[in-house]
Amino acid sequence: MFDFDWQALIASRHILAAGAWITLQVTLVAIACGVVWGTVLALCAVSAIKPLALFAKAYVALFRSIPLVMLLLWFFLIVPQLLKAVFDLSPTVDIRLVSAMVAFSMLEAAFFSEIIRAGILGLSRGQFLAARSLGMTTVQMMRYIILPQAFKAMLPILLTQCIVIFQDTSLVYVIALGDFFRNAVSLGERDGTLVQMLLFAGLVYWLICSTLSASVKLVQQRMQHD
Amino acid sequence: MIELKNVSKWYGKFQALRDCSVSVAQGEVVVFCGPSGSGKSTLIKLINGLEDFQSGDILFKSKSIRGGEMKMSELRTRVGMVFQSFELFPHLSVLRNLTIAQEKVLGRPAAEATTKALALLERVGLTSQAEKYPAQLSGGQQQRVAIARSLSMDPEVMLFDEPTSALDPEMINEVLSVMVELAQEGMTMLCVTHEMGFARKVADKVVFMDAGSIVEIGATQAFFDAPATERARDFLQKILH
Repeated sequence: MFDFDWQALIASRHILAAGAWITLQVTLVAIACGVVWGTVLALCAVSAIKPLALFAKAYVALFRSIPLVMLLLWFFLIVPQLLKAVFDLSPTVDIRLVSAMVAFSMLEAAFFSEIIRAGILGLSRGQFLAARSLGMTTVQMMRYIILPQAFKAMLPILLTQCIVIFQDTSLVYVIALGDFFRNAVSLGERDGTLVQMLLFAGLVYWLICSTLSASVKLVQQRMQHD
Repeated sequence: MIELKNVSKWYGKFQALRDCSVSVAQGEVVVFCGPSGSGKSTLIKLINGLEDFQSGDILFKSKSIRGGEMKMSELRTRVGMVFQSFELFPHLSVLRNLTIAQEKVLGRPAAEATTKALALLERVGLTSQAEKYPAQLSGGQQQRVAIARSLSMDPEVMLFDEPTSALDPEMINEVLSVMVELAQEGMTMLCVTHEMGFARKVADKVVFMDAGSIVEIGATQAFFDAPATERARDFLQKILH
Protein backbone atom coordinates (compact mmCIF):
# COMPACT_ATOMS: atom_id res chain seq x y z
CA MET A 1 0.00 0.00 0.00
CA PHE A 2 2.78 2.41 0.92
CA ASP A 3 6.38 2.27 1.95
CA PHE A 4 7.11 2.39 5.61
CA ASP A 5 9.55 5.24 6.02
CA TRP A 6 11.83 4.10 8.82
CA GLN A 7 14.17 6.98 8.17
CA ALA A 8 11.49 9.47 9.17
CA LEU A 9 10.82 7.52 12.34
CA ILE A 10 14.44 7.53 13.32
CA ALA A 11 14.70 11.22 12.58
CA SER A 12 11.86 12.00 14.97
CA ARG A 13 12.92 9.59 17.70
CA HIS A 14 13.52 12.37 20.23
CA ILE A 15 9.99 13.62 19.99
CA LEU A 16 8.61 10.10 20.23
CA ALA A 17 10.84 9.35 23.21
CA ALA A 18 9.71 12.52 24.96
CA GLY A 19 6.12 11.45 24.39
CA ALA A 20 6.86 7.97 25.69
CA TRP A 21 8.34 9.52 28.83
CA ILE A 22 5.12 11.47 29.43
CA THR A 23 3.08 8.30 28.89
CA LEU A 24 5.27 6.44 31.35
CA GLN A 25 5.02 9.19 33.95
CA VAL A 26 1.26 9.42 33.77
CA THR A 27 0.93 5.63 33.88
CA LEU A 28 3.24 5.14 36.84
CA VAL A 29 1.81 8.01 38.86
CA ALA A 30 -1.74 6.81 38.15
CA ILE A 31 -0.82 3.29 39.28
CA ALA A 32 1.05 4.39 42.40
CA CYS A 33 -1.48 6.96 43.57
CA GLY A 34 -4.40 4.86 42.35
CA VAL A 35 -3.31 1.84 44.39
CA VAL A 36 -2.62 3.86 47.55
CA TRP A 37 -5.79 5.94 47.38
CA GLY A 38 -7.73 2.90 46.15
CA THR A 39 -6.57 0.92 49.19
CA VAL A 40 -7.74 3.70 51.49
CA LEU A 41 -11.10 3.77 49.70
CA ALA A 42 -11.41 -0.02 49.92
CA LEU A 43 -10.71 0.11 53.65
CA CYS A 44 -13.36 2.82 54.01
CA ALA A 45 -15.80 0.74 51.97
CA VAL A 46 -15.47 -2.29 54.26
CA SER A 47 -15.31 -0.17 57.40
CA ALA A 48 -17.96 -0.46 60.07
CA ILE A 49 -17.98 3.33 60.30
CA LYS A 50 -21.03 4.22 58.21
CA PRO A 51 -20.01 7.68 56.94
CA LEU A 52 -16.68 6.34 55.67
CA ALA A 53 -18.34 3.44 53.89
CA LEU A 54 -20.87 5.78 52.37
CA PHE A 55 -18.18 8.18 51.20
CA ALA A 56 -16.22 5.37 49.52
CA LYS A 57 -19.35 4.03 47.87
CA ALA A 58 -20.33 7.45 46.52
CA TYR A 59 -16.79 8.16 45.31
CA VAL A 60 -16.56 4.91 43.39
CA ALA A 61 -20.04 5.29 41.92
CA LEU A 62 -19.28 8.83 40.81
CA PHE A 63 -15.92 8.20 39.19
CA ARG A 64 -16.97 4.99 37.51
CA SER A 65 -19.94 6.66 35.90
CA ILE A 66 -18.03 9.56 34.34
CA PRO A 67 -16.51 8.92 30.90
CA LEU A 68 -12.73 9.23 31.09
CA VAL A 69 -12.55 11.79 28.31
CA MET A 70 -14.99 14.02 30.13
CA LEU A 71 -13.07 13.63 33.34
CA LEU A 72 -9.83 14.66 31.65
CA LEU A 73 -11.37 17.72 30.04
CA TRP A 74 -13.03 18.63 33.27
CA PHE A 75 -9.78 18.38 35.20
CA PHE A 76 -7.98 20.34 32.52
CA LEU A 77 -10.51 23.14 32.28
CA ILE A 78 -11.63 23.54 35.88
CA VAL A 79 -9.15 22.03 38.26
CA PRO A 80 -5.84 23.53 37.04
CA GLN A 81 -6.49 26.89 38.63
CA LEU A 82 -7.25 25.13 41.87
CA LEU A 83 -4.19 22.89 41.60
CA LYS A 84 -1.96 25.84 40.91
CA ALA A 85 -3.21 27.50 44.03
CA VAL A 86 -3.14 24.40 46.25
CA PHE A 87 0.28 23.09 45.26
CA ASP A 88 1.70 26.57 44.86
CA LEU A 89 3.04 25.70 41.43
CA SER A 90 4.97 28.20 39.40
CA PRO A 91 3.07 29.44 36.35
CA THR A 92 5.63 27.83 34.06
CA VAL A 93 4.78 24.31 35.17
CA ASP A 94 2.89 22.49 32.47
CA ILE A 95 -0.42 22.09 34.18
CA ARG A 96 -1.60 19.57 31.62
CA LEU A 97 0.74 16.90 32.89
CA VAL A 98 -0.24 17.46 36.51
CA SER A 99 -3.94 17.56 35.76
CA ALA A 100 -3.71 14.38 33.71
CA MET A 101 -1.91 12.67 36.59
CA VAL A 102 -4.48 13.83 39.12
CA ALA A 103 -7.42 12.85 36.92
CA PHE A 104 -6.04 9.40 36.23
CA SER A 105 -5.05 8.80 39.85
CA MET A 106 -8.48 9.72 41.14
CA LEU A 107 -10.26 7.66 38.53
CA GLU A 108 -8.05 4.60 38.81
CA ALA A 109 -8.34 4.71 42.60
CA ALA A 110 -12.04 3.97 42.11
CA PHE A 111 -11.24 0.90 40.03
CA PHE A 112 -8.43 -0.28 42.27
CA SER A 113 -10.60 0.14 45.34
CA GLU A 114 -13.25 -2.15 43.86
CA ILE A 115 -10.63 -4.80 43.11
CA ILE A 116 -9.07 -4.55 46.57
CA ARG A 117 -12.45 -4.51 48.25
CA ALA A 118 -13.37 -7.73 46.43
CA GLY A 119 -10.08 -9.20 47.63
CA ILE A 120 -10.84 -8.28 51.22
CA LEU A 121 -14.40 -9.60 51.07
CA GLY A 122 -13.15 -12.80 49.50
CA LEU A 123 -11.23 -13.74 52.65
CA SER A 124 -12.90 -15.95 55.22
CA ARG A 125 -14.41 -14.17 58.19
CA GLY A 126 -12.27 -16.41 60.38
CA GLN A 127 -9.13 -14.56 59.31
CA PHE A 128 -10.54 -11.36 60.75
CA LEU A 129 -11.60 -13.13 63.94
CA ALA A 130 -8.20 -14.81 64.32
CA ALA A 131 -6.39 -11.49 63.96
CA ARG A 132 -8.77 -9.88 66.44
CA SER A 133 -8.46 -12.76 68.89
CA LEU A 134 -4.72 -12.11 69.04
CA GLY A 135 -5.42 -8.56 70.15
CA MET A 136 -4.64 -6.83 66.88
CA THR A 137 -6.13 -3.40 66.26
CA THR A 138 -8.03 -2.79 63.03
CA VAL A 139 -4.98 -1.14 61.50
CA GLN A 140 -2.68 -4.03 62.48
CA MET A 141 -5.20 -6.60 61.26
CA MET A 142 -5.53 -4.89 57.87
CA ARG A 143 -1.84 -4.21 57.47
CA TYR A 144 -0.39 -7.57 58.49
CA ILE A 145 -3.16 -10.07 57.86
CA ILE A 146 -5.91 -8.90 55.55
CA LEU A 147 -4.37 -6.62 52.91
CA PRO A 148 -1.37 -8.87 52.11
CA GLN A 149 -3.77 -11.71 51.39
CA ALA A 150 -6.19 -9.52 49.46
CA PHE A 151 -3.40 -8.13 47.27
CA LYS A 152 -1.99 -11.56 46.65
CA ALA A 153 -5.36 -12.95 45.62
CA MET A 154 -6.06 -10.00 43.36
CA LEU A 155 -2.59 -9.60 41.88
CA PRO A 156 -3.45 -10.76 38.34
CA ILE A 157 -6.47 -8.44 38.17
CA LEU A 158 -4.46 -5.55 39.60
CA LEU A 159 -1.77 -6.07 36.98
CA THR A 160 -4.34 -6.28 34.22
CA GLN A 161 -5.80 -2.99 35.41
CA CYS A 162 -2.31 -1.47 35.18
CA ILE A 163 -2.16 -2.46 31.52
CA VAL A 164 -5.55 -0.86 30.94
CA ILE A 165 -4.25 2.33 32.56
CA PHE A 166 -1.26 2.33 30.23
CA GLN A 167 -3.59 2.16 27.23
CA ASP A 168 -6.02 4.70 28.62
CA THR A 169 -3.30 7.31 29.08
CA SER A 170 -3.48 7.87 25.32
CA LEU A 171 -6.69 9.77 26.05
CA VAL A 172 -4.62 12.72 27.28
CA TYR A 173 -4.81 13.48 23.57
CA VAL A 174 -7.92 15.53 24.34
CA ILE A 175 -6.05 17.95 26.56
CA ALA A 176 -3.23 18.27 24.03
CA LEU A 177 -0.68 16.73 26.36
CA GLY A 178 2.21 15.42 24.29
CA ASP A 179 2.29 11.79 25.30
CA PHE A 180 3.58 9.07 23.00
CA PHE A 181 0.36 8.80 21.03
CA ARG A 182 -0.23 12.53 20.72
CA ASN A 183 3.34 13.13 19.57
CA ALA A 184 3.11 10.35 17.02
CA VAL A 185 -0.03 11.91 15.59
CA SER A 186 1.53 15.39 15.59
CA LEU A 187 4.54 14.10 13.69
CA GLY A 188 2.28 12.39 11.21
CA GLU A 189 0.36 15.57 10.63
CA ARG A 190 3.53 17.60 10.28
CA ASP A 191 5.19 15.24 7.82
CA GLY A 192 2.07 14.03 6.04
CA THR A 193 2.68 10.48 7.31
CA LEU A 194 -0.34 10.16 9.56
CA VAL A 195 -1.27 6.61 8.54
CA GLN A 196 2.26 5.42 9.04
CA MET A 197 2.57 7.07 12.44
CA LEU A 198 -0.78 5.70 13.62
CA LEU A 199 0.24 2.21 12.54
CA PHE A 200 3.58 2.61 14.25
CA ALA A 201 2.02 3.86 17.49
CA GLY A 202 -0.47 1.00 17.40
CA LEU A 203 2.35 -1.48 16.91
CA VAL A 204 4.23 -0.10 19.93
CA TYR A 205 1.14 -0.22 22.17
CA TRP A 206 0.37 -3.72 20.98
CA LEU A 207 3.90 -4.96 21.62
CA ILE A 208 4.04 -3.51 25.12
CA CYS A 209 0.57 -4.62 26.15
CA SER A 210 0.87 -8.13 24.81
CA THR A 211 4.24 -8.54 26.55
CA LEU A 212 2.75 -7.29 29.81
CA SER A 213 -0.31 -9.52 29.40
CA ALA A 214 1.92 -12.52 28.86
CA SER A 215 3.81 -11.67 32.05
CA VAL A 216 0.54 -11.43 33.96
CA LYS A 217 -0.35 -14.91 32.72
CA LEU A 218 3.01 -16.16 33.93
CA VAL A 219 2.42 -14.62 37.35
CA GLN A 220 -1.00 -16.25 37.44
CA GLN A 221 0.41 -19.66 36.57
CA ARG A 222 3.12 -19.40 39.20
CA MET A 223 0.53 -18.45 41.79
CA GLN A 224 -1.56 -21.51 40.94
CA HIS A 225 1.47 -23.72 41.53
CA ASP A 226 1.97 -22.33 45.00
CA MET B 1 -11.99 -15.69 86.93
CA ILE B 2 -14.76 -15.41 84.35
CA GLU B 3 -18.31 -14.71 85.21
CA LEU B 4 -21.25 -14.48 82.84
CA LYS B 5 -24.26 -12.85 84.40
CA ASN B 6 -27.66 -13.16 82.74
CA VAL B 7 -26.25 -12.67 79.26
CA SER B 8 -28.70 -12.40 76.38
CA LYS B 9 -27.99 -11.84 72.74
CA TRP B 10 -30.18 -11.22 69.74
CA TYR B 11 -29.50 -11.38 66.02
CA GLY B 12 -32.20 -8.98 64.91
CA LYS B 13 -35.36 -10.52 66.29
CA PHE B 14 -33.84 -13.94 66.80
CA GLN B 15 -32.69 -14.51 70.34
CA ALA B 16 -29.44 -16.48 70.20
CA LEU B 17 -28.69 -16.53 73.92
CA ARG B 18 -31.18 -16.39 76.79
CA ASP B 19 -30.19 -15.27 80.20
CA CYS B 20 -26.99 -17.30 80.40
CA SER B 21 -25.09 -17.34 83.68
CA VAL B 22 -22.01 -19.38 84.40
CA SER B 23 -18.78 -18.82 86.27
CA VAL B 24 -15.38 -20.31 85.68
CA ALA B 25 -12.70 -20.35 88.35
CA GLN B 26 -8.98 -20.09 87.77
CA GLY B 27 -7.56 -23.39 86.52
CA GLU B 28 -10.96 -24.83 85.81
CA VAL B 29 -11.71 -26.72 82.61
CA VAL B 30 -15.28 -26.30 81.45
CA VAL B 31 -16.78 -28.15 78.51
CA PHE B 32 -19.77 -26.67 76.70
CA CYS B 33 -21.92 -29.18 74.89
CA GLY B 34 -25.32 -29.35 73.31
CA PRO B 35 -26.96 -29.71 69.92
CA SER B 36 -25.73 -27.54 67.06
CA GLY B 37 -27.32 -24.13 67.02
CA SER B 38 -27.67 -24.15 70.78
CA GLY B 39 -25.46 -21.06 71.11
CA LYS B 40 -22.36 -22.58 72.70
CA SER B 41 -19.92 -21.16 70.13
CA THR B 42 -21.60 -17.80 70.29
CA LEU B 43 -21.40 -17.87 74.07
CA ILE B 44 -17.65 -18.41 74.27
CA LYS B 45 -17.02 -15.81 71.56
CA LEU B 46 -18.61 -13.24 73.84
CA ILE B 47 -15.83 -13.72 76.33
CA ASN B 48 -13.12 -12.24 74.10
CA GLY B 49 -15.46 -9.80 72.44
CA LEU B 50 -15.64 -11.46 69.03
CA GLU B 51 -19.41 -11.30 69.42
CA ASP B 52 -21.33 -8.66 71.30
CA PHE B 53 -24.35 -9.06 73.51
CA GLN B 54 -27.27 -6.84 74.39
CA SER B 55 -27.99 -7.50 78.01
CA GLY B 56 -26.31 -8.93 81.07
CA ASP B 57 -22.62 -8.64 81.89
CA ILE B 58 -19.39 -10.57 81.62
CA LEU B 59 -16.65 -10.16 84.20
CA PHE B 60 -13.03 -11.07 83.58
CA LYS B 61 -11.14 -11.05 86.87
CA SER B 62 -13.97 -9.05 88.39
CA LYS B 63 -13.81 -6.35 85.72
CA SER B 64 -16.61 -5.93 83.23
CA ILE B 65 -15.47 -6.48 79.64
CA ARG B 66 -17.99 -3.86 78.55
CA GLY B 67 -17.98 -0.18 79.16
CA GLY B 68 -14.27 0.48 78.82
CA GLU B 69 -13.06 -0.91 82.14
CA MET B 70 -10.64 -2.94 80.10
CA LYS B 71 -9.40 -2.35 76.59
CA MET B 72 -10.69 -4.93 74.15
CA SER B 73 -7.26 -5.63 72.67
CA GLU B 74 -5.83 -6.18 76.14
CA LEU B 75 -8.64 -8.58 76.97
CA ARG B 76 -7.93 -10.50 73.77
CA THR B 77 -4.26 -10.93 74.53
CA ARG B 78 -5.20 -12.37 77.92
CA VAL B 79 -7.86 -14.69 76.50
CA GLY B 80 -6.57 -17.00 73.75
CA MET B 81 -8.84 -18.59 71.19
CA VAL B 82 -8.63 -21.64 68.96
CA PHE B 83 -11.05 -21.93 66.06
CA GLN B 84 -12.74 -24.87 64.40
CA SER B 85 -11.13 -24.07 61.06
CA PHE B 86 -7.67 -23.27 62.51
CA GLU B 87 -7.46 -19.85 60.83
CA LEU B 88 -3.71 -19.79 60.57
CA PHE B 89 -2.51 -16.91 58.40
CA PRO B 90 -1.82 -18.64 55.07
CA HIS B 91 0.55 -15.99 53.73
CA LEU B 92 2.90 -16.32 56.70
CA SER B 93 5.23 -19.15 57.66
CA VAL B 94 4.39 -21.24 60.71
CA LEU B 95 7.04 -19.42 62.70
CA ARG B 96 5.77 -16.00 61.59
CA ASN B 97 2.23 -17.03 62.53
CA LEU B 98 3.56 -17.45 66.06
CA THR B 99 5.68 -14.31 66.21
CA ILE B 100 3.68 -11.62 64.44
CA ALA B 101 1.22 -10.86 67.22
CA GLN B 102 3.91 -11.14 69.89
CA GLU B 103 5.89 -8.45 68.10
CA LYS B 104 3.13 -6.19 66.84
CA VAL B 105 0.66 -6.46 69.71
CA LEU B 106 2.80 -7.18 72.76
CA GLY B 107 5.83 -5.33 71.42
CA ARG B 108 8.24 -8.16 72.16
CA PRO B 109 11.64 -7.98 70.48
CA ALA B 110 11.92 -10.27 67.46
CA ALA B 111 14.55 -12.52 69.03
CA GLU B 112 12.48 -13.07 72.16
CA ALA B 113 9.34 -13.75 70.12
CA THR B 114 11.20 -16.30 68.01
CA THR B 115 12.61 -18.08 71.05
CA LYS B 116 9.15 -18.26 72.54
CA ALA B 117 7.64 -19.47 69.26
CA LEU B 118 10.22 -22.23 68.85
CA ALA B 119 9.70 -23.39 72.42
CA LEU B 120 5.95 -23.61 71.80
CA LEU B 121 6.42 -25.44 68.51
CA GLU B 122 8.59 -27.95 70.33
CA ARG B 123 5.89 -28.36 72.91
CA VAL B 124 3.30 -29.25 70.25
CA GLY B 125 5.85 -31.40 68.43
CA LEU B 126 6.22 -29.31 65.30
CA THR B 127 9.69 -27.79 65.50
CA SER B 128 10.59 -29.24 62.11
CA GLN B 129 7.67 -27.43 60.44
CA ALA B 130 8.66 -23.92 61.52
CA GLU B 131 9.64 -22.67 58.06
CA LYS B 132 6.71 -24.26 56.24
CA TYR B 133 3.47 -22.55 55.28
CA PRO B 134 0.14 -23.59 56.80
CA ALA B 135 -1.13 -25.13 53.55
CA GLN B 136 1.77 -27.61 53.67
CA LEU B 137 0.62 -29.03 57.01
CA SER B 138 -2.08 -31.57 57.83
CA GLY B 139 -5.21 -30.40 59.63
CA GLY B 140 -4.02 -31.80 62.93
CA GLN B 141 -0.68 -30.07 62.59
CA GLN B 142 -2.37 -26.80 61.66
CA GLN B 143 -4.57 -26.96 64.72
CA ARG B 144 -1.57 -27.63 66.95
CA VAL B 145 0.15 -24.60 65.42
CA ALA B 146 -3.01 -22.59 66.08
CA ILE B 147 -2.93 -23.62 69.74
CA ALA B 148 0.75 -22.67 69.93
CA ARG B 149 -0.05 -19.33 68.29
CA SER B 150 -2.63 -18.59 70.96
CA LEU B 151 -0.26 -19.64 73.73
CA SER B 152 2.44 -17.34 72.35
CA MET B 153 0.52 -14.43 73.85
CA ASP B 154 0.74 -15.99 77.34
CA PRO B 155 -3.03 -16.03 77.80
CA GLU B 156 -4.59 -16.62 81.19
CA VAL B 157 -7.62 -18.32 79.68
CA MET B 158 -8.02 -20.40 76.54
CA LEU B 159 -11.22 -20.67 74.53
CA PHE B 160 -11.64 -23.63 72.19
CA ASP B 161 -14.40 -23.48 69.60
CA GLU B 162 -14.93 -27.06 68.38
CA PRO B 163 -11.19 -27.50 67.86
CA THR B 164 -11.46 -31.03 66.47
CA SER B 165 -14.68 -30.81 64.43
CA ALA B 166 -12.94 -30.05 61.15
CA LEU B 167 -10.34 -32.77 61.55
CA ASP B 168 -10.08 -36.23 60.05
CA PRO B 169 -10.66 -38.82 62.77
CA GLU B 170 -7.06 -39.99 62.90
CA MET B 171 -5.89 -36.47 63.69
CA ILE B 172 -8.24 -35.73 66.52
CA ASN B 173 -6.12 -37.34 69.19
CA GLU B 174 -2.94 -35.41 68.45
CA VAL B 175 -4.89 -32.20 69.07
CA LEU B 176 -6.75 -33.52 72.10
CA SER B 177 -3.54 -34.67 73.74
CA VAL B 178 -2.12 -31.15 73.48
CA MET B 179 -5.31 -29.88 75.10
CA VAL B 180 -5.18 -32.49 77.85
CA GLU B 181 -1.61 -31.52 78.62
CA LEU B 182 -2.61 -27.90 78.78
CA ALA B 183 -5.48 -28.70 81.13
CA GLN B 184 -3.21 -30.73 83.39
CA GLU B 185 -0.80 -27.81 83.61
CA GLY B 186 -3.58 -25.78 85.12
CA MET B 187 -4.71 -23.61 82.21
CA THR B 188 -8.20 -22.20 82.58
CA MET B 189 -10.06 -23.59 79.60
CA LEU B 190 -13.52 -23.19 78.07
CA CYS B 191 -14.08 -25.77 75.38
CA VAL B 192 -16.95 -26.19 73.01
CA THR B 193 -16.57 -29.78 71.90
CA HIS B 194 -18.37 -32.99 71.13
CA GLU B 195 -15.43 -35.04 72.39
CA MET B 196 -17.03 -36.54 75.45
CA GLY B 197 -13.97 -38.69 76.16
CA PHE B 198 -11.95 -35.49 76.51
CA ALA B 199 -14.67 -33.98 78.69
CA ARG B 200 -14.69 -36.97 81.03
CA LYS B 201 -10.93 -36.98 81.29
CA VAL B 202 -10.16 -33.34 82.06
CA ALA B 203 -13.31 -31.29 82.50
CA ASP B 204 -14.21 -30.04 85.97
CA LYS B 205 -17.69 -29.25 84.89
CA VAL B 206 -19.95 -29.53 81.90
CA VAL B 207 -22.35 -26.88 80.68
CA PHE B 208 -25.21 -28.25 78.64
CA MET B 209 -26.95 -25.80 76.34
CA ASP B 210 -30.03 -26.00 74.19
CA ALA B 211 -31.77 -23.35 72.10
CA GLY B 212 -29.69 -20.50 73.49
CA SER B 213 -30.20 -21.38 77.15
CA ILE B 214 -27.95 -23.02 79.66
CA VAL B 215 -30.04 -26.02 80.62
CA GLU B 216 -27.72 -27.67 83.07
CA ILE B 217 -24.35 -27.13 84.69
CA GLY B 218 -22.97 -30.20 86.39
CA ALA B 219 -19.75 -31.57 87.80
CA THR B 220 -18.34 -33.81 85.08
CA GLN B 221 -18.81 -37.14 86.82
CA ALA B 222 -22.33 -36.32 87.94
CA PHE B 223 -23.28 -34.94 84.54
CA PHE B 224 -22.29 -38.10 82.69
CA ASP B 225 -23.56 -40.52 85.32
CA ALA B 226 -26.85 -38.89 86.06
CA PRO B 227 -27.80 -35.80 84.08
CA ALA B 228 -30.35 -33.77 85.98
CA THR B 229 -32.51 -32.83 83.02
CA GLU B 230 -34.41 -34.84 80.45
CA ARG B 231 -32.90 -32.89 77.57
CA ALA B 232 -29.34 -33.55 78.69
CA ARG B 233 -30.15 -37.24 79.12
CA ASP B 234 -31.55 -37.33 75.58
CA PHE B 235 -28.53 -35.58 74.18
CA LEU B 236 -26.05 -37.84 75.92
CA GLN B 237 -27.90 -40.93 74.77
CA LYS B 238 -27.72 -39.73 71.19
CA ILE B 239 -24.05 -38.87 71.11
CA LEU B 240 -22.79 -41.73 73.25
CA HIS B 241 -24.89 -44.32 71.33
